[in-house]
Amino acid sequence: MEALLALSIGVLTACGVYLVLRARSFAVVLGLTFLSYAVNLFLFAMGRLAIGQPPVIGAAATHADPLPQALVLTAIVIGFAMTAFVIMLALKSRAELGNDHVDGRGEA
Amino acid sequence: MNLFIAVLVPFLGALLVAWVSRRDRKAAAWAAAGVALLSFGILLPDLAAPFAGETVLQRLVWMPALGLDLVFRLDGLGLLFALLILGIGLLVILYANYYLSQQDSLGRLYAYLLLFMGSMLGVVLSENLIQLLIFWELTSLSSFLLIGYWRTRHAARSGARMALAITGAGGLALLGGFILLGEITGSYELSVVLASGDIIRAHPLYLPALILILLGAFTKSAQFPFHFWLPNAMAAPTPVSAYLHSATMVKAGVFLLARLFPALSGTEAWTWLVGGVGITTLLIGAVVALFKHDLKGLLAYSTISHLGLITALFGIGTPLAAVAGVFHIINHAIFKAGLFMAAGIIDHETGTRDMRRINGLWKAMPHTATLAMVAAAAMAGVPLFNGFLSKEMFFAEAVGAADRLSFGWLLPAAVTVAGIFAVAYSLRFIHDVFFNGEPIDLPRTPHEPPRWMKVPVEILVVLCLLVGILPALTVEPILAVAATAVLQAPLPEHDLAIWHGFSPALAMSVVALIGGVLLYSGRKSLFAIHDHMEKHLNARAVFERAMEMLYKLARAVTARLDTGSLQRQAMLFVVAALCLGAAGMWSSAAPLTGPRALLPIDGVSLVAALTLAAATITATILHRQRFTALILVGAVGLVVALIFIGFSAPDLALTQLSVEVVTIVLLLLALYFLPQQSPIESSQGRRLRDTALALAAGAGAAALAWAVLTRPYASIADWFLANSVPGGGGTNVVNVILVDFRGYDTFGEITVLALAALGIFAMLDGLRLHAPLRDAAGRGWDADRHPLIMATFARLLLPLALLVSIFILLRGHNLPGGGFIAGLITAVALILQYLANGAVWTHARLPAHTQPLIAAGLAIALATGLASWAFGHAFLTSTFGHFALPLIGEIELASAMAFDLGVYLVVVGATLLILINLGLAQNASHAQQQLESNA
Repeated sequence: MEALLALSIGVLTACGVYLVLRARSFAVVLGLTFLSYAVNLFLFAMGRLAIGQPPVIGAAATHADPLPQALVLTAIVIGFAMTAFVIMLALKSRAELGNDHVDGRGEA
Repeated sequence: MNLFIAVLVPFLGALLVAWVSRRDRKAAAWAAAGVALLSFGILLPDLAAPFAGETVLQRLVWMPALGLDLVFRLDGLGLLFALLILGIGLLVILYANYYLSQQDSLGRLYAYLLLFMGSMLGVVLSENLIQLLIFWELTSLSSFLLIGYWRTRHAARSGARMALAITGAGGLALLGGFILLGEITGSYELSVVLASGDIIRAHPLYLPALILILLGAFTKSAQFPFHFWLPNAMAAPTPVSAYLHSATMVKAGVFLLARLFPALSGTEAWTWLVGGVGITTLLIGAVVALFKHDLKGLLAYSTISHLGLITALFGIGTPLAAVAGVFHIINHAIFKAGLFMAAGIIDHETGTRDMRRINGLWKAMPHTATLAMVAAAAMAGVPLFNGFLSKEMFFAEAVGAADRLSFGWLLPAAVTVAGIFAVAYSLRFIHDVFFNGEPIDLPRTPHEPPRWMKVPVEILVVLCLLVGILPALTVEPILAVAATAVLQAPLPEHDLAIWHGFSPALAMSVVALIGGVLLYSGRKSLFAIHDHMEKHLNARAVFERAMEMLYKLARAVTARLDTGSLQRQAMLFVVAALCLGAAGMWSSAAPLTGPRALLPIDGVSLVAALTLAAATITATILHRQRFTALILVGAVGLVVALIFIGFSAPDLALTQLSVEVVTIVLLLLALYFLPQQSPIESSQGRRLRDTALALAAGAGAAALAWAVLTRPYASIADWFLANSVPGGGGTNVVNVILVDFRGYDTFGEITVLALAALGIFAMLDGLRLHAPLRDAAGRGWDADRHPLIMATFARLLLPLALLVSIFILLRGHNLPGGGFIAGLITAVALILQYLANGAVWTHARLPAHTQPLIAAGLAIALATGLASWAFGHAFLTSTFGHFALPLIGEIELASAMAFDLGVYLVVVGATLLILINLGLAQNASHAQQQLESNA
């Protein structure tokens, strides 16, 4: 199971990096989304994997590590704020510069 | 406590004066004077202590964890400087009221002056060296504001910038020196440092510390080779120059020499560095001053020269020389302030400062002329004026030091030459301006200035005479306590008399006076030589060329590193991360796979992982088909949520699921305004390179994750699990961590969320977006924009969804849920109304501006945190209790739930603010384009 998660993180990272290196803002936003999935999963993996042990007292005999979960929960929400901010920047730059190239140049 | 308040008062006063001056110009002057007097009044109760031989120390706890306290110290030296700063400051305030024209803002000048006054008071009254340095830097900053007061003038701006660059750099060096001193002595407090002179001098770090501290002192006191900022600071209004040159700013440097005299002096390095620089500056300043045609320029170089004299006295290093140094600080402050004010009057009355044009003013303004003559005589060192006494002591010390040095005879010789030039330039100041024929083409017709403008000069001139004629009765007491504080030892025998009998010093004085008169009478030929030489010796040009080269270098480095290409930056970033990661993995001897027992792979997980990989890779390959890629990203997000569910993280799964919905809706909306397809842009080679980089990054991340996942670890989770119920009153540990144990972090996070939403709102404000009316295949939009069935169901669903979100919010403390998730569910439910019913319908029922919601959320979260203060607990300490309610039965309420409500409100407000406003922009653009196409 660990191998599957590690590979998933790897695939998400690779695709995220490739997209972030593209020249158009929308691809970069998608790449950032992939990268934030990868980072969230990686942080979550810091608490190791456990099945059927939610960190709710009384729900199970042993519990998964709640600390990475709390970290990742806020990271997901902040990640949304970041994605929203970047996509708005992309829109703004499209409106002001007339194209969606990340450096604001080239034909739209 | 009152020392602290006395320093604080001018800072607060600056605000008051700036405010008052908007109403009334005269009131600003009164207020500024009142502030200076008030500060003096607050010091008054402590003034007697230094005369009784005591040092007043007052301590305020500042940063106990770092062992830093705010400590203020009043001893003789601090007392002398405080009196000079406040006394001359008061005269400058009075004078400036008449000097500035009606167009210039008097309030701004007074505010800056008071800031400066407070900073100087802080420097001279500090016991802690770090605290002293903070005030020291404040004097640099406030002098920048003062010199650049006439901010529309180029000379003022460049002069201010130069002063800040030089004195600011000196301040940095000084910080280094102080830190070394602290390392050597183990304390930053002056009482300790001053008492450990022997340890400091014997320490291997003595020389670096000394050089760094001297750099600070020399830049501030305009010592050679840093002297050139002072003449360029003349661009300041004359009252400011009078203050900077006499009691403050440049005096801060010599104050530091005096302050640290017992700790640092008495070594060969000290004598050569301080004495050498002092003598050089003394000579250069005196010679250059004679050749300046600008009235203030002459005075500025004479200041440099006199500061060199004071520095040289401290450099000589005998106790008696230190006494003479303190004495000359007093005398110079008095006559130089008077001279600058007189120069300001002349400038004010004639409209120029060029001594080649200002002549024969005696007839027009005999009163001012008399005052200026007295002050200039003091500057020249004429008997019966105060400058004579300290200069005579200086001559005597120079002769005494000559016996102890090889080539010692050079010292008295150089000092005498400087004396000759001092007499000559003082004579020039008087003779050129007030006699020497008739004025040439003056912009204004000079006459005596307003009565009160002369009062400050009169006071200073009377002091010159009193000190000069009756030194023992007037200056001796304050000089004695100040010099004792400098030496930290009993005062040596000294005699402040005018007549000491025939001595070498007297002979030097006579030579200086006669030589000065002769030199001045032969000035014409000297001026010719100087005019020829001046082109080649211009320190300002050197400084500006150096600055220009620095700018060029910075531009070159920036152009090399930042080509303005985000792709290149991102590529470099990835490569750097890869290199660092590879280096880390390479250097570690540990095996990649750890010993932890692994979970078996089941079929469902395999399918999920394959789905995730397939969707991710397809999305990447098809990323030019933006819509398809976006839908695939949504699928990936859902699988991520499944992963969270599978591995015991229900809270994360809920959050991921709701965030996914919001993100995809947002990206769909945004995509509407963007091209639907990306062109092929990168070359084949570029794409191959990026693929290689991406694969390497992916492999690295996978390897890292694998290495972590296969290793056992010790977690701090047990504490949270054990304390969740007894300490936080909730069984959902994740939620308890968020709203209780780490509530402060969460508070920061919702603030970030709020800021992001507001930033997006600001970006969307006034943004003109152009949306296409047809898609790529040429199809227009469906006429039925809000299908009835969907609209109806969405409306029916709304109360249900809201109920669910409230349920999720309330149960969050004990079961998966909480403010974040509930907020997202509410947001999704409301956004659904926009999608299904259209913006117009929804807009009529829901406010588009949800900023109040965000503010309320933050306020509630903050209030929950502050409330625990009221009960004497730390910020955000939570409490909980059980309450019995009719019908519902016993329920548990925790203060953390209120905090979670704040989180909820912020999340709802921020999410809606982002989405609604983008949606509204879309609607506006759509409607407008429809209008255009119809027309």
